Amino acid sequence: MAGIVGYGVYIPIYRIRVEDIAKVWNEDAEAIKHGLGIREKTVPGRDEDAATIAVEASRRAVVHSGLSPDKIQAVYVGSESHPYAVKPTATIVKEAIGAGTAVMTSDLEFACKAGTAGMQMVMGLVDSRMIEYGLAAGSDTSQGRPGDALEYTASAGGAAFIIGKEKKEVIADILKTVSYTTDTPDFWRREGAGFPSHGGRFTGEPAYFKHIQNATKLLFETTGFKPTDFKYAVFHQPNGKFPTNVAKMLGFSEKQIEPGLLTPIIGNTYSGASMLGLAATLDVANAGDKILVTSFGSGAGSDSFAIQVTDRIDDKRKRSVKVQDLINAHKKYVDYSTYLKNRGSIRKR
Amino acid sequence: MLMEKPSAGLWRKIKARYNLVGNSCKTCGKAYFPPRIVCRKCGRESKMENKKFSGNGEVYSFTKIRVPPDTFKDEAPYIVGVVKLDEGPMVEGHILENGTEIKIGTKVRSAFRRMYVDGEEGLIYYHYKFEPV
Amino acid sequence: MRDVAIIGVGLSKFGERWDSGIKELMAEAGLMALEDANISSNEIEMIFGGTMASGRFMGQEHVAALMSDQLGLNNIPAVRIENACASGGSALRLGYMAVSSGIHDIVVVGGVEKMTDVTASEATTALGGAGDQEWELFQGITFPGLYAMMAKRHMHEYGTTEEMLASVAVKNHANAMKNKFAQFHKNLTIEEVMKSKVVSDPLKLLDCSPISDGAAAIVLAPLDRARKFNDTPIKILASTQASDTLRLAERDSLSGIKATTIAADKAYRQAKVTPKDIDIAEVHDCFTIAEIMAMEDLGFYKKGKAGKAILDGETALGSKLSVNTSGGLKGCGHPVGATGVKQAVEVVWQLRGDAGERQVKGANIGLTHNVGGSGATSVVHIYKRAD
Repeated sequence: MAGIVGYGVYIPIYRIRVEDIAKVWNEDAEAIKHGLGIREKTVPGRDEDAATIAVEASRRAVVHSGLSPDKIQAVYVGSESHPYAVKPTATIVKEAIGAGTAVMTSDLEFACKAGTAGMQMVMGLVDSRMIEYGLAAGSDTSQGRPGDALEYTASAGGAAFIIGKEKKEVIADILKTVSYTTDTPDFWRREGAGFPSHGGRFTGEPAYFKHIQNATKLLFETTGFKPTDFKYAVFHQPNGKFPTNVAKMLGFSEKQIEPGLLTPIIGNTYSGASMLGLAATLDVANAGDKILVTSFGSGAGSDSFAIQVTDRIDDKRKRSVKVQDLINAHKKYVDYSTYLKNRGSIRKR
Repeated sequence: MLMEKPSAGLWRKIKARYNLVGNSCKTCGKAYFPPRIVCRKCGRESKMENKKFSGNGEVYSFTKIRVPPDTFKDEAPYIVGVVKLDEGPMVEGHILENGTEIKIGTKVRSAFRRMYVDGEEGLIYYHYKFEPV
Repeated sequence: MRDVAIIGVGLSKFGERWDSGIKELMAEAGLMALEDANISSNEIEMIFGGTMASGRFMGQEHVAALMSDQLGLNNIPAVRIENACASGGSALRLGYMAVSSGIHDIVVVGGVEKMTDVTASEATTALGGAGDQEWELFQGITFPGLYAMMAKRHMHEYGTTEEMLASVAVKNHANAMKNKFAQFHKNLTIEEVMKSKVVSDPLKLLDCSPISDGAAAIVLAPLDRARKFNDTPIKILASTQASDTLRLAERDSLSGIKATTIAADKAYRQAKVTPKDIDIAEVHDCFTIAEIMAMEDLGFYKKGKAGKAILDGETALGSKLSVNTSGGLKGCGHPVGATGVKQAVEVVWQLRGDAGERQVKGANIGLTHNVGGSGATSVVHIYKRAD
């Protein structure tokens, strides 16, 4: 089966603290931090969007893979914040990584799981031998309506994975992937609307928990794996609490999800979230380690992956930019009014 | 209003603006970014071929623009500079502030960002920028 | 090649001319020049009109024919010259060539810019077109930005200080106090300049020439016919010009303007004079750093030495070399298309002894220096009394 031959990540340097948002809305910051399990979130710079984030992550993925960019024959970019409603982000990414023109390209949208859907699509192309290598990116500068609970978590970031079959290039085999999909209106954004709407607590049990659990169980059934077979696990992370709870429900320990749990310190990067979690886990994983990844996209569906690290991982490691290094790099905190200005939320007429 | 809104103008130079693809003269070997149609040294004897630049270089001069043209009125202040690329050419560009103090001689690499957004409905122009290493 | 002389000059009041559009400004300067030359409109054979961005400032192109029209010069040939901020100087050079070559005898050279009907940021954008639109303006790099980067290099390479920059503005404002045509009649102190709002570091608001309305005009004639019109014709000893890359980044140096060095070398050779022979100079001080670089590139000072010399008052009014007696672009104003012609008008007044309060005693040889863009064009003229 197809595997990962390289990955790249990007998060902006800007941050806003829970306190700075809570103050504006007269909320109790400590209660929110505890309730959502989040301290601060990333914020895009004024000159950043889902396309620039996808490009920066994808360029790093190309460098990490060691491939010449003209080897990449498919580019899919998943996001719920594509800069254009009509005009693809993926063409921008394709051009900016220096890929050729005989490239299958499209944008994807499936709330927070558009990126992992892209990974599955590229796997299909690779496994059917339609292409040799393809790239799937998940990237978002997600929106939270001012005053809404989502405002504390909706953040910016992205990751890109290059997928291929060539044994000597694969750093992690994707042993199996399955999906679990229903039509569940837990969270949505209508065409032209500036902010998403959601069903409050309806986004929990019948949406996030049900889909992640069912997809993961389906993966277990089809592979025979059980939680203890995996060194690590990554679950979609809309906040700090949900992934911890779902891990427990499925029989995973806190230690297994620890390297990939990023939301408490960077927020929910939506299409980037599961993929950044996987990247952070691969940053620390060793040959032979198995990693479970289950994403979740509202609307609703989950993609579950069983991944096993190969001994090629160490050879390529020196070329990778680590998620933790980005998180710990220079940060620039913005206040709430700057945040609003940068998001274009200040009315000028 | 006065600024050209060059959708074709951006597209025409997209390899240069996204990926720092310039050129060099086969006759004398001099490298150029942005690409030139004719080599400054060789004139009509020049033979230009594409050359991709690494994007690595150092700050030769810089300033913070506080009174911008119309197209950048919500973006000021921003730092622009002349960067000497490792391969030789000097090129103008934005320099991102990422915590490293920007001085003459500061090492930079290229990044990919929005340069200019044409209002609510127009195009978004993406471009190289530089950031301190 | 015939010797060419200036037989008449005219200038509009520079400044924020809310009362006047482009036509009124041209007429104000043009009629004054014709009167000064004591010449009939019928005798003018051709007009060269310098303007940079009338289309962007006023929506008005075809400005030379409009000048001819408004001055009542009727059906003579009229050509507009656009060479950014060196449009005026370039127009003068073409007028000189037309007369020197013998194609025409009496030629009018005009320069005009009406800049204040648009907002400051629109003007910044329009002026940005003098650089490489595709790479400089597109990336939001303004003219103050380009000159700021030159200033930063000059400071880095030669230890030039912000105080030295400020001293240029102080000197030129002092000169402008004595010029009734000048935009500003306000003395500045170094401290005021240094404390003014930063536009593009190290340049502050008072390091920058203003946005101005104004026009200037000159009447040229063959020297051998000049005395028929005027008792003190001013002979043009040299008229030279050079160009360089539009993009600042592509130049050999950022701490000087090569086109100026080339044009100046040629001008001194053509005029058979040296920098030491120059008594007065109007140089292109669109920003304070530009005057410092000009003083070096024109050969008055070694590279890196002009800043201190200006700070020490070596180029103040009445010194051995008086620079920008009109107030320069900084003090007198900078209606871009008019500037190159205005510089010649000032030198003519000085050489004739008509400069009033700001007259430099014994001024015999004068020089003008007009730059386009960040140095892609440079025009130099040298003048002398013909008697």
